[in-house]
Amino acid sequence: MDEVIRLEHIRRDFVVGEETVHALRGVSFAIRRGEFVTVMGTSGSGKSTLLNILGCLDTPTAGEYWLDGVAVRTMGKDARATLRNRKIGFVFQNYNLLPKTTAIENVELPLMYNPSCGVAERRERAVAALRAVGLGDRLLHKSNQMSGGQMQRVAIARALVNNPAVILADEATGNLDTRTSFEVLDLFQRLHAGGRTIIFVTHNPEIAQYSSRNITLRDGRVIADTSNPAPLDAAATLAQIPSASPEDAPPT
Amino acid sequence: MHIGNLLKIAFKALGNNKLRAFLTMLGIIIGVASVITMLAIGQGSKRSIQAEISEMGSNMIMVHPGGDMRGGVRLEADDMESLTLADLEAIRTETRYVSYVSPSVNSAGQAVYGARNTPTTVYGVSADYLDIRRYRVADGDFFTEQDIRAAAKVCVVGRTVVDELFPDGGSPVGRIVRFGTIPLRIVGVLESKGYNSMGMDQDDLILAPYTTVQKRVLAITHLQEITCSALSEGYTDRAIGEITALLRRNHKLREGQDDDFTIHSQQELSNMLTSTSDMMSVLLAAVAGISLLVGGIGIMNIMYVSVTERTREIGLRMSIGARGRDILAQFLIESVLISVAGGLLGVLAGVGASLAVRALASYPIYIQPWSVLLSFAVCTFTGVFFGWYPAQKAARLDPIEAIRYE
Repeated sequence: MDEVIRLEHIRRDFVVGEETVHALRGVSFAIRRGEFVTVMGTSGSGKSTLLNILGCLDTPTAGEYWLDGVAVRTMGKDARATLRNRKIGFVFQNYNLLPKTTAIENVELPLMYNPSCGVAERRERAVAALRAVGLGDRLLHKSNQMSGGQMQRVAIARALVNNPAVILADEATGNLDTRTSFEVLDLFQRLHAGGRTIIFVTHNPEIAQYSSRNITLRDGRVIADTSNPAPLDAAATLAQIPSASPEDAPPT
Repeated sequence: MHIGNLLKIAFKALGNNKLRAFLTMLGIIIGVASVITMLAIGQGSKRSIQAEISEMGSNMIMVHPGGDMRGGVRLEADDMESLTLADLEAIRTETRYVSYVSPSVNSAGQAVYGARNTPTTVYGVSADYLDIRRYRVADGDFFTEQDIRAAAKVCVVGRTVVDELFPDGGSPVGRIVRFGTIPLRIVGVLESKGYNSMGMDQDDLILAPYTTVQKRVLAITHLQEITCSALSEGYTDRAIGEITALLRRNHKLREGQDDDFTIHSQQELSNMLTSTSDMMSVLLAAVAGISLLVGGIGIMNIMYVSVTERTREIGLRMSIGARGRDILAQFLIESVLISVAGGLLGVLAGVGASLAVRALASYPIYIQPWSVLLSFAVCTFTGVFFGWYPAQKAARLDPIEAIRYE
C-alpha cells in the first residue's frame, strides 16, 4: 500500500485587503492507494481550500504536497494542468457537464487534452467508463435530457476515463435527492471496492459512515483523523428507501 | 490540444448558437462584400477610362506654339507663328523616342453638299495622323504624299459628317463637298470611333492635306500644332524632353528664356482622369474597410459575451487539464472560424453583387483577384485580432473561481 497523497505542514494564506486570512494552518496527512476518505468540515473550516490544493488548482503558501510521488508546490500552471489531466478525476456538486453535448462526448473531454490518446482509444475508454457507471445504454443522450443522478454518473465516468490516481469529489451528492444520493454513494463504494482512491469532501456527517476513513477539519487544522473499519453499505441503505422513479434505478 | 479537436469544439460551440454566429458573421460578410464590390466598381471605371484614352492614342504628344506668358502678357496661342515645317522636319529626323509626327492646322466652318450642310472642322494633317490618333479608313483610301505636295483639293471625312451630308446611305467616295468656298473631293471615309471620355464626337471632322488647309483655307505658312506619338506610353516623358530640347535649339532660345511653345501629352490627361477615379476607389474602399472594422468589433463583442457565458465551461476544461493556451486556442479558432466563414460568404456576395451591378446597371466592373485575396486576408486577421482579447481573457481565468461561477 503506497502513498498516493502526502501533505506536510500545508499552509495557505489569503491576503484580503489589509488582512491575512489563514485558511489552512499546517495540515499534514497521507492517503494510501485504495482508500475512500471523506474530508469533513463546516463552511470556513478550510476544506474547499484543501480541495483546491489537493486538486492542483491552487498551490500552498508553505509546506509540501506530493501527488503520486510528484512535488506539486513548485510546479507551474501548465505543468499542474497536465498533472490534473493525468492524475486527478474531479466530480463536482453541480456536475459541470457541457450543455447540449452527449454523454460520450462529455466523458471523452479529459482525453482530448491528452495528445497521446488517439480518437479510437478515446472513444473506447469513454464507452468503458460509461459502462462502469451503468450508463452503457445512454451513450448518445445529451446532458440536458438526463436526470440529476444520470448527469452525476456521467460526471463520475468523466472522472474515471483518464484512469486517475485519485478521484476528488466535491459535495458530489449535494444536489441530489436522498435516493439518488445513495445510488451515487453506492457507485463510489463499488469504485472503491474496485481499487480506486477516492477523496470525498462534504459537510454531511452521514456520508462519513460509508467511507473507510474520515478526516475532520476545523479552522484550517485537522482535528480528527479516524479510520472506519466497518463502513455502512450504501446498497443496503438504498434497499430500505422506497423506490421513487424507475428512471434512476440503480445500475445493474 | 490537437487542431482537429479544436476545430470540432469550435464548430460545436458555433452550432449551439447558429443564429448568433450568423449575425456576427453578417458584419464580416457585409464588410468583405462591400470592399470587393467597391474596388470592382472603382477599377472598372478606371479601366474603361484608360481604354477610351488609349483609343484616342495614349502616347500622343501635342506641341502648340506660344508659352504661357511672354513679357508678362498672356498671348492667344493661335496668334503665335513659332511652329514651322522646319520644326516638324527636325522632330521627324532628329528624335529617337518619337514614332510618328504630323503637322496640324485646322479651321472650323460649314461643310456643304447640295442642299445639306453641317458645321464641322477641317484638319490639315499628314498620313502619320491616322497612326497617332488611331483612325482607320473604312471606305476608299487616305490621300497620298503626292496630294500633300500638290495641295490637292481632296479629303477624308468622318462618319458624323457623312451621316449629315449623305443621309441616303450611298458611298460618298468620289463626291465633292464644299468647305467654305473650297471644293474637296472625298477619297475616303474614316471608321467610326464614337465619343471620347470627355464627350467629344471623334467622328465629326474632315481630314485634308495640311498644305491644302494652309494655302487654300487659312492662307498661312506656319503650323498651329505638331502632333506626335511616342514609341509607347512609357517613352512619353523622354520624347517630350527630346522635343523640348530640339525646339529650344531651333528657336535659338537662351538658357533661362521661357519656351515659346507648349507641350501637352495624352498621358497628363490620362493621369488626371485616372487619379480622380483612383481617389474615388480609395474613398469607397475606405468606407468599405470601416464596415469590415465594425464587423470585427462585432466579433469581439460576441466573443466577450461568449467567454462570460461559458465561464463555467472554461473552469471545467481547466480543471480537467486544459492549459491556458488550449483555452486561448479554442476561443481564437472560434473567432477565426466566424471571420473566415464570413469572409468566404462575403467574397461570394461581393462577386455576386459586382456581377449584378454589371448586369443591371451595365456599369463597367473589374474584379481584381488581389482585392479578393486582400479582403479575405484582412478578415482572417480581423478574426485573430478581435478574437485575441476575449480569448486572452478566457485563458487567464482562475479555474477555482470559474468553476464556481454562477
